[in-house]
Amino acid sequence: MEKQLKKSVIGEPMDRVDGRLKVTGAATYSAEYNIPNLSYAVLVSGTIASGTITGIDTAAAERAPGVLTVITHLNASQLVGYQASTIAANGKPNYRVFGGDKIFFNGQPVAIVVADTFERATYAASLVKTSYQKDEHKTSLEDNLVNAISPSRGKDYQRGIVDAYKTAPVKVEETYMLPTEVHNPMELHNTTAFWDGDKVIVYTKSQGVKATQQSIMNTFKLTEDKVQVNSRFVGGAFGSALRTWPHEIATVMAAKKVGRPVKLLLTREQQFTMVGYRPKTIQKIGLGATADGQLVGITHESYSQSSVYEEFTEGSNNVSRFLYASPNVTTRYKIIPLNVGAPAPMRGPGEATGAYAIESALDELSYKLNMDPIALRLKNYSENDPERNLPYSSKYLKECYSLGSEKIGWSNRSQTPGAVKEGDWLVGYGIGCGVFGAHRGRATAKIKISADGTINIQCATADIGPGTATSMVLIASDALGIPTNKITFELGNSAFPQAGQQGGSSTVSSVGSAVHDVSLALKKKLMELSGKTENDVSPGSYTDILKQQNLPYLEITQGSQGGDEGSKYSMYSFSAHFCKVHVHAITGQVKVVKAVAAVDAGTIINHKTASSQMIGGVVGGIGMALTEEVLFDDRYGRYINGNFADYHVPVHADVPDVDVIFIDKPDPVLNPMGTKGIGEISIIGFAPAIANAVYNATGKRVREMPITPDKLI
Amino acid sequence: MNQFQYVRPVEQASAVKAFVKDANTQFIAGGTNLIDLMKMGVVKPDKLVDINRLPLKDIKKTVTGIHIGALALNSQVAENSLILQHHPVLALALNAGATQQLRNMATVGGNMLQRTRCGYFFDTNMPCNKREPGSGCGAIDGVNRMHAIFGASESCIAVHPSDMCVALAALDATVTVLGLKGERRIPFADFHRLPGDHPEHDNTLQKGELILGIDIPDAPATKNVAYLKVRDRTSYAFALVSVAAVLNIEGGIIKSARLAMGGVAHKPWRLQNAEASLIGKQATVDNFKQAAQIAMQGAKAYKYNQFKLKLGPNTIVQALKTAAGVA
Repeated sequence: MEKQLKKSVIGEPMDRVDGRLKVTGAATYSAEYNIPNLSYAVLVSGTIASGTITGIDTAAAERAPGVLTVITHLNASQLVGYQASTIAANGKPNYRVFGGDKIFFNGQPVAIVVADTFERATYAASLVKTSYQKDEHKTSLEDNLVNAISPSRGKDYQRGIVDAYKTAPVKVEETYMLPTEVHNPMELHNTTAFWDGDKVIVYTKSQGVKATQQSIMNTFKLTEDKVQVNSRFVGGAFGSALRTWPHEIATVMAAKKVGRPVKLLLTREQQFTMVGYRPKTIQKIGLGATADGQLVGITHESYSQSSVYEEFTEGSNNVSRFLYASPNVTTRYKIIPLNVGAPAPMRGPGEATGAYAIESALDELSYKLNMDPIALRLKNYSENDPERNLPYSSKYLKECYSLGSEKIGWSNRSQTPGAVKEGDWLVGYGIGCGVFGAHRGRATAKIKISADGTINIQCATADIGPGTATSMVLIASDALGIPTNKITFELGNSAFPQAGQQGGSSTVSSVGSAVHDVSLALKKKLMELSGKTENDVSPGSYTDILKQQNLPYLEITQGSQGGDEGSKYSMYSFSAHFCKVHVHAITGQVKVVKAVAAVDAGTIINHKTASSQMIGGVVGGIGMALTEEVLFDDRYGRYINGNFADYHVPVHADVPDVDVIFIDKPDPVLNPMGTKGIGEISIIGFAPAIANAVYNATGKRVREMPITPDKLI
Repeated sequence: MNQFQYVRPVEQASAVKAFVKDANTQFIAGGTNLIDLMKMGVVKPDKLVDINRLPLKDIKKTVTGIHIGALALNSQVAENSLILQHHPVLALALNAGATQQLRNMATVGGNMLQRTRCGYFFDTNMPCNKREPGSGCGAIDGVNRMHAIFGASESCIAVHPSDMCVALAALDATVTVLGLKGERRIPFADFHRLPGDHPEHDNTLQKGELILGIDIPDAPATKNVAYLKVRDRTSYAFALVSVAAVLNIEGGIIKSARLAMGGVAHKPWRLQNAEASLIGKQATVDNFKQAAQIAMQGAKAYKYNQFKLKLGPNTIVQALKTAAGVA
């Protein structure tokens, strides 16, 4: 395994290569392509949670000024290449946009209105009148636990004795609820599409242009060369752009119908119903331990909401299987199909939900044992993966505990809750751990060296915020020995070589490996051409080789993927989150006054962007613990606070200074750079760190997130 | 959003005349609330009378106090030296509301006319007597965590969302309005109303009346003030409960006390009985607790806002402690 890096630019706190474009407004996001003859689409949202459309009156909308078309389930199928139904061949619900008259959830789009201006489209959309035959709907998770089913994915797990915790000398048996959270990226979901003959060109908010391209190809029965997808800049996504949504298909359809470019921007309210969310999940945790804190058994049961038309599952129970060395582990996973839109992965999907429960329960156990929560974690530290019986490729979680606890001032923590006060504020300290699989997928990159010595690299990956191009430039610079200012990296174009979606903390590992490998391949090719060895040729003289060979440029495309490491090693990133909170003794207000994230994510390519990414995850964790919750009125099956004012993402005033500590030791196995991944572990485990700190401050254990003031007075 | 007429008069009289009584007309100033409501289809005016060109922006000293023009921006008032000197509680309350961006747009008159944030009011697919009289109250048996504990009716349990108005209620302000019949003055306490059987009326303005400004009378107390807003996040969230407290303390004895609450009623909720209980007493936590207890008499909670019965008095006590500088 190659590990010669760690010399030059890797780790350098480099400014984002597109930072200037972004802060000056010069970066063109998907909704900003004002193509000539552009028209504007607005989706009409359905208003019932379950039933059948009995009538849809579009006459007034069609007559309204500037309207070009109104598409509903009544005329969608006439469009070339689009066939769909809301009832599948097996009789089960099948949600396809405008595919039929069935309504599965509130907010389901029932029509798309296209007009010559956005305002006219908006007005015309308000004139579409839909009538329904309502069916009884189910939207409450709590009320429908009896309808829980075992999904086809997300199997139950058993190690050792079933529910062994029950007979342990010391035990915790508690239920934790995490409400529905919505991704709410700043940039609204949007799509612009136009047809050039039989080819469609699409600008959309996507975490993977290749996947979006494939979806459009499948839906409209098109070949790859007939679908071009662009998503160069993405204003946040958090998982909400990991799939191709009905509004994207609807826009492509509308562009076909009107024969001119169509732009659709969801409203903030529609973002709550149309593009997924973190599903509300009820988790029951049983922990059993010996009197000296050795875990005897862990039981983790999850009940998670899903939709009636599609199974959504996530790894809520995963963490409990291997993070701690318990001989006996039982996990059970159930979903409850409800009349809600399908959930989608949201940052740290599943694991963030699961870590909230298990890390809270572990904290509860620490008080029962009268044992420091870090000592308890160390006592049950898993040196090897007990689930798969494999060594970890690398694990520096102990170092995270040690450095993080020192930074937060853990020694000032009292084991007795409510014992420390600063003025009217109760003071508490908490810890929560995060873990997420370190993955490497297949990716291909194209590299080109030009006569002027500049390097351009292309790959159809995405950048939803972490600074992908910047990291790739650093990796290429390091591999080639060429300065970063001579290297450009392009992404977000389906015509570029293949990459997976930006999700699961895997981009640097996957795409970075491809960039690394193709850079080395270029160097090798140059050496072959020159007939010399690396020792004889400085990177500065690569252009001489091109000149000697009479080449205007040299271009190489190469794929890269891992081997069988996954069968020999268990590969994870780890984080230990710490926080200090103030809780007002009288009003119940909670302030996170200090946060520390100590992270084992292998080699860090760019300390600056990596720190930013960690801070972003911590902010998400603050939201999960303290502010974010979708409220549902189950009588109507509708959201009560589906807007940006009443659904509370954390504001700046909720966020303290966040200290990020990277262990920054290379993983020797996963990829040539030694990286693991940080996107998910930045949030996983932070919410329980807050909940645990609040308990430490107050002696009150809130087991339903978010911890709002009313729950503490 | 529906189509509407738009006019922009430069004189007060023509603004009032532009308000066609029969049509569904609305004045618009900062638009920070009205535009949202129009986008949601909650209100659908046929005509907007933009009053931003009217000369109503002054903040000035008068013989009896301070006058604030209806078009003074929330941020201007919050940063104004006269206000900071004479009525700091108003600045505190303003800065506790919304965001700086909104405060830079929102006017004093508009803030007074802010509609409730009740989720049922905002969703045209839900029942709401305030939005659509006779359609029922979605909140009374629904998600009512944010709702009223004082003065509600079977028709409506919504709360008034403004922070500024809580301070103005405590400051005994007077509102001057102009209608076709001329000017009239409305004591601030009578400006907003309880829902009763007509929650569609938030206030006692007659149709077509234009707010010209408010007057805050001089008062001795400027030092011992507090505005405490307890909310679900630190900024840009409506109050679970808020309290404006203005005390005049001499030699440890409370000479005068003015208290008002937000987030608890259809109007800013003045706590006169609690105020009276404090007069002549020492500024102690025990006396504050007693006042808070008196303040909560008659409170009635619903399924999800029971916590306000405790958070209310707690917030009163904490606000009084802060105002009085008592630990």
